[in-house]
Amino acid sequence: MRSIHLRRALATGAVLVLGAGLAACGGDDGGGETNTAGGTSPGEGKAECEALTEFGDLSGKTVSVYTSIVAPEDQPHIDSYKLFEECTGATVNYEGSKEFEAQLVVRARSGNPPDIAYIPQPGLLANLVNDTDAVVEAPSTVADNVDEFFGEDWKSYGSVDGTFYAAPLGANVKSFVWYSPKMFADNGWEIPETWDDMMTLSEEIAATGIKPWCAGIGSGEATGWPATDWLEDTLLRDGGAEVYDQWVNHEIPFDDPAVVEALDRVGSILKNPDMVNGGYGDVKSIVETTFQDGGLPILEGKCALHRQASFYAANWGEAKADVQIAEDGDVFAFYLPPTNDENGSPVLGGGEFAAAFSDRPEVQAFQTYLSSDVWANEKAKATPDGGWVSANTGLDVANLTSPIDQLSAEILQDPEAVFRFDGSDMMPGAVGAGSFWKEMTAWIGGKSTEDALADIESSWP
Amino acid sequence: MSAASPVVPSDTTGLAPSAPPEPSAAAEAKRRLSSPWASLAAIVIAILWTVPTAGLLITSFRPVGDINSSGWWKFFLDPNVTLDNYRAVFTGDDVGLSTYLVNSIVITLPAVLIPIALATMAAYAFAWMKFPGRNALFVAVFALQIVPIQVTMIPLLSLYVDPPFGLPQLAGANAPGGGFYTIWLSHAMFALPLAIFLLHNFMREIPGELVESARVDGAGHVQIFTRIMLPLMVPAIAAFGIFQFLWVWNDLLVALVFGGGSLNISPMTVRLAELSGTRDQAWHLLSAGAFVSLIIPLIVFLALQRYFVRGLLAGSVKG
Repeated sequence: MRSIHLRRALATGAVLVLGAGLAACGGDDGGGETNTAGGTSPGEGKAECEALTEFGDLSGKTVSVYTSIVAPEDQPHIDSYKLFEECTGATVNYEGSKEFEAQLVVRARSGNPPDIAYIPQPGLLANLVNDTDAVVEAPSTVADNVDEFFGEDWKSYGSVDGTFYAAPLGANVKSFVWYSPKMFADNGWEIPETWDDMMTLSEEIAATGIKPWCAGIGSGEATGWPATDWLEDTLLRDGGAEVYDQWVNHEIPFDDPAVVEALDRVGSILKNPDMVNGGYGDVKSIVETTFQDGGLPILEGKCALHRQASFYAANWGEAKADVQIAEDGDVFAFYLPPTNDENGSPVLGGGEFAAAFSDRPEVQAFQTYLSSDVWANEKAKATPDGGWVSANTGLDVANLTSPIDQLSAEILQDPEAVFRFDGSDMMPGAVGAGSFWKEMTAWIGGKSTEDALADIESSWP
Repeated sequence: MSAASPVVPSDTTGLAPSAPPEPSAAAEAKRRLSSPWASLAAIVIAILWTVPTAGLLITSFRPVGDINSSGWWKFFLDPNVTLDNYRAVFTGDDVGLSTYLVNSIVITLPAVLIPIALATMAAYAFAWMKFPGRNALFVAVFALQIVPIQVTMIPLLSLYVDPPFGLPQLAGANAPGGGFYTIWLSHAMFALPLAIFLLHNFMREIPGELVESARVDGAGHVQIFTRIMLPLMVPAIAAFGIFQFLWVWNDLLVALVFGGGSLNISPMTVRLAELSGTRDQAWHLLSAGAFVSLIIPLIVFLALQRYFVRGLLAGSVKG
């Protein structure tokens, strides 16, 4: 008797589980199409609300947004949603956490995801899609916006296995070298146009008695990531986008001769005692210096060049209250020059993507808003202190306030530019957020190029 | 914690008057311990122990540029004092610091009271009531202590989001009480095994004759529990209360995972974790933030430290 009861219970359970599975599938089938709430949208008749009226009256509805962007950078984001709230009547609940990456997976797995998450890595998006099945395909309105305003490369970073999930939002450019325009003018130094010019300039600076480059790769458990950016940038220049893509997707081994050559090129700066580490000490001090402090000796004239992404602008402001980031100010950045003419102007960068976990009309309306040129310009206007840029071609560069953002936007929108996403963000976690960081740290500490790359290769899952 | 050190002399002096002419073990121990060398060692340890905290305190009053460019000990060569860090901590966010402080209190009080209430009753049952499977059950409860919190997170959160047997949903967008229930319950669950074990050990020490005589006088379990056990257990309960209070107050993980991340129900620790900004560019604020969050546990600890030492001995030493 007992076993029959047990079997019956099991059968009921199985039916319930199947039912739940079918219900989930039913939801997925709706992906790609747009849902509407019906009624008349509060934004009806207003020109700037045109794209949002088709979702109907969303008054009283709430969309929750979960991001890794916390105060004070979160306020411009919250401000940029005002137009959406006016147009649709819906409310947006913003929530930022620095533990975002771990928390999002926990919440998605336990069935408590936010409506929209700003995902900073294509690798994380792929994990969420493959492991949790919680991410919803982007509706056609979002796909149309992305086709219109972004390049094919950006769309592919928001897609997993050919299905488009997440529209790009903000972007950052990593191929920058920070310098002091005043120091350059005083010494008659010119901004280099090629890698060889840059090396000549570095030697010229070294001859004046200061170490030309300063760097810091310390970042807690992520120590080493700034050095991975160096390698990605040089490989993208030496080998071109094709070799870079093969390397990221592991179609060529991690320690391919092209990669060895690129890392040796990095070593000619980062492991050369004549070149580093301005203001801090010898080569090994690169590991001990945090990336936040890495470029600060430039302000004191103890260092001339620092390769770091556009977002480093925030660190200058924190270090010195009245620092001016402009072409004629205290610090500015130039584009890390190419090593040859064959591969165009490669740009290494990063960005976030808006993935949705629900296909309710208000969520789709918000996704559509975020992928539009309207939002990009609203966001630019809502960021009076700068520090934000997008690859959206509908973004009017004049709406950006800070010169470094304008330079970034010009680089991103340049049709000649070959944009590639930060490779370590797309590699499997064991490499991109593990052995790659560790081995690059060991490499700075004295490990040979071949050994470091071979050890990363052997750790690839 | 250097704050515990004043207790030691007061305890030893308390024992001194009972010394008979023949030097007792306690007096002998006191004589040996109060040698000048021992005092010197104690002072050196206390100083070493306090130096990092003092450094943190000094850092919290230094200007940004100084913090970024030199160590805190350079403060003595070039003293620059500013309150900017504290000002930024209190006013630097869209959700005010007072909200987080209130949230911390709202989370901590029930998360301390719930396990104490349940654990005293459970400990009484395990110690003084006879029922089948008592020992096996007690070992099972005790063994739960080895389950790491991290393992329970996703299953527990799934249960809150999608509870079985038609129970009301506790987490998610429409959570009752804004989502505080999940944090309270989770803290209570994680605390119970240790609480039951500690209080049970303490309760076993109470002489059986006391319980027997109460029973002869016609007292039932409820009366024995409320009239005899509870008054005798105050030091143990207070000791566990402090443990649990500090644990919950300093907790980040449970609040992050089970709070659903909403800022409206986030405690101080969440604010502290976000304080340094998206790319850690404002890490100089952390020292000031740490001191703000340290004040309330410090008050609680100083107010209750008397129980702390007594209760620790009460729960752990048998016979």
